[in-house]
Amino acid sequence: MTAKLSPRTEIRLAGEGGQGMILAGIILAEAAAIYDGKNAVQTQSYGPEARGGASKAEVVIASGEIDHPEVLNADVVVALSQEAFKKFASSVKPGGLLIVDEEKVDSTSAPQAIRIPVTKMAFETTGTVALGVLVGLTGVVSREAIEKAVTARAPRGTEEMNHKALDAGFTAAEKARK
Amino acid sequence: MSEHILEAHTLEEHEALIPQANWFERSETLQKLRKNKKFPTIWCSGCGIGVVMGALIRAIDHLGLKNDDVALVAGIGCTARMPVYMDFNTLHTTHGRALAFATGLKIARPDMKVIAIMGDGDALAIGGNHFIHAARRNLGITALVVNNAIYGMTGGQYSPTTPVGGKATTAPYGNVEPPFPVCELAIAAGATYVARSTVYHALELDKFLAEAIAKDGFSLVEAVSYCHTTYGRLNKLGTAADMMRALKDNTIAKPTFDKLSAEEQAANTKIVRGNFVNIERPQYTNVYSNLITRVQGGEK
Amino acid sequence: MAVKLMQGNEAIALGAVAAGCRFYAGYPITPSTEVAEVLSRELPKVGGKFIQMEDEIASMAAIIGASVGGLKSMTATSGPGFSLMQENIGYAAMTEIPCVVVDVQRLGPSTGQPTAASQGDVMQARWGTHGDHPIIALSPISVRQSFDLTIKAFDLSEKFRTPVILLTDEIIGHMREPVELPDFKTIRSEEYRVTAPGQEYIPFRNESGDVPPLANFGVGYRYHITGLYHDQVGFPTQRLDEIDPWLERVNTKLDKHLDEIALVEEDYQDGAKVALLSYGCSARTARHALKLARAQGKKVDMLTLFTIWPFPERQVEALGERVDRIIVPEMNLGQLAYEVERMAGRKKVRRVVRANGEMVTPQMVLEAMEG
Repeated sequence: MTAKLSPRTEIRLAGEGGQGMILAGIILAEAAAIYDGKNAVQTQSYGPEARGGASKAEVVIASGEIDHPEVLNADVVVALSQEAFKKFASSVKPGGLLIVDEEKVDSTSAPQAIRIPVTKMAFETTGTVALGVLVGLTGVVSREAIEKAVTARAPRGTEEMNHKALDAGFTAAEKARK
Repeated sequence: MSEHILEAHTLEEHEALIPQANWFERSETLQKLRKNKKFPTIWCSGCGIGVVMGALIRAIDHLGLKNDDVALVAGIGCTARMPVYMDFNTLHTTHGRALAFATGLKIARPDMKVIAIMGDGDALAIGGNHFIHAARRNLGITALVVNNAIYGMTGGQYSPTTPVGGKATTAPYGNVEPPFPVCELAIAAGATYVARSTVYHALELDKFLAEAIAKDGFSLVEAVSYCHTTYGRLNKLGTAADMMRALKDNTIAKPTFDKLSAEEQAANTKIVRGNFVNIERPQYTNVYSNLITRVQGGEK
Repeated sequence: MAVKLMQGNEAIALGAVAAGCRFYAGYPITPSTEVAEVLSRELPKVGGKFIQMEDEIASMAAIIGASVGGLKSMTATSGPGFSLMQENIGYAAMTEIPCVVVDVQRLGPSTGQPTAASQGDVMQARWGTHGDHPIIALSPISVRQSFDLTIKAFDLSEKFRTPVILLTDEIIGHMREPVELPDFKTIRSEEYRVTAPGQEYIPFRNESGDVPPLANFGVGYRYHITGLYHDQVGFPTQRLDEIDPWLERVNTKLDKHLDEIALVEEDYQDGAKVALLSYGCSARTARHALKLARAQGKKVDMLTLFTIWPFPERQVEALGERVDRIIVPEMNLGQLAYEVERMAGRKKVRRVVRANGEMVTPQMVLEAMEG
């Protein structure tokens, strides 16, 4: 399946602190703004804990000006924890895309959700896998752009691991389409 | 033109009222006083703070420092009014914050001699946090604390150095709080030069202040003084002269103290005068200057 | 420079470096800490100095001390720290020592919600100290403007010898946007201070115009600076004939330059009877709503304030004469709306407020246009 994206595409990435949701948001925004020549605004919210707690990144992508910087009516929601699912699953607009972690989230209340075992696929690079899935399913940025953005942001020595995670995400997206 | 010396607004006016009036020109040291300041000072006659001001001027004079290269930074209180009378770069700041202002000034101008002038309440109550952190950083500032064990300007409230049992307007039944030992606090916080004397021992103050100002590190001089107007009156300690005499009688020089037996030292109730610490530690602005060199040299 | 995705707080730090700031003192506090982190890294590279002080009171004191010593100086904080800085902000106003204070507003009062946004310090920025004095507060609406207004803040601070508050918020401070910053070498900053000896110098001379120049300590003038009321050479005074001219000069020194200081953007449509007026992150919401309303064929004016204090009275008064209704979205219970009401009349002003850490939504603004 594919989602129909708005000209102002709104993406919400939510999970637990430490899953890399905010970094994933930054990478996605950089893919759009630096490598795809679009405009992007990334915002975030997190609990006071450095690890654990709720963590949410938002990315708004458009070809022109972006005024209100936060998500108003999400085109895409990625929920990698039960708490994130509970809080944000309903914020996805009708016809939008809801991606959940198959193992961590009980999403029986949202039959339309795309279920992918993101955390199991790559524990250390959960956010990157999620990006692969998200971009694979939506095409919100080009594959080339997201690959370049991952390369630029991945900590030194983890580039290969992150690209594998990204590829795994794209592969999972392919399967989910069918 | 004023007719009484207490109404004189300038040094010139002051001078004109004194017989054989060229005393100002005769003293090179006194040239460090500001001629156009509205003298006399705000201090009560008999106050010890003026003695400390004299010692500070003599110390700076002794070191041969140029007036332009000296900055005096003060907080609020009787003691903190001292800089206004002296011909240096003078910054009269907010209560308790002299050392914090001095920190910025010293970092901006490491070449200047920065002296923070504070009373006991200013330095150790409202400014206590800045006091210990300036010492910890070993920033090249001289802290001059005039300790009269009371808040004088506000009329005699107990301070962090008021003795237990001492009466104050806010301790009408006697102070119940133990006092801070000023020098010991500075030593514990990392000061590299620490000395104490009294306003009776003015020439000793000159010497300690000169050593402290010459030190490239955080230095503290505690000048023990008195406030006959508030503390003296509330505790029936007599006149300024009586309180000055008490400083003479109730202190002991460190070399003499050091010769006492352990039991005698433990039993000592007199104020010990002397230089307690004179050590070397890396001075903050030197350390930071090295950091800049390293970073500009390409260190990541 | 290339396009980079950057946070507002990072842009503030880089703006400071570009403006010639060479001293930063601060105390860590969410959501302002990135400003300190970036400057601790960047300042030594340009020979500048960074220090983490023991609290915000000391930070404010240290930047004033460094400014007197000749370095352009800045601190950054958020609500609780901004409260602690107020006494020394008043000192800087009284002694006319330039400095820049960044306040990344978070939800208050008290500890409130450290990671939640707010615009609740509007009045604190104006009246947080005791006594009367002028103040300048600027409020950016984007990452790029965070950079530009920081540079502007330094210039205004030096030119008018006043503390300048950069009143940003958690949204703009933490938000990342693509920006392309100019080469810092192209940014000119004017020197307003006396940096050489040999002139006749009276530090607070009322006859020297609105803003007598400041001489750095150590240059050779050896004057006195005090937070007490002072005469023209800086000595404490209780004489009314010395206090009154000071009050007159200092409290009007910005008035004659309001057109230079008041930064606003007027986006007006002929025949509009409704206007939106906002600032900071809420201006983004207002602009969003503006486009939606105009897309539906409505005529709506938009006035964005980048200068909050001194309040752009002339512009707001003129807007009040143009339209029947002014909608003021903000993330507090109506702090700036008070000022708009003062200039445009209470009946014309409609508040769209939220003070729970969540942004005002475009929908809320659109609803305020109806009925």
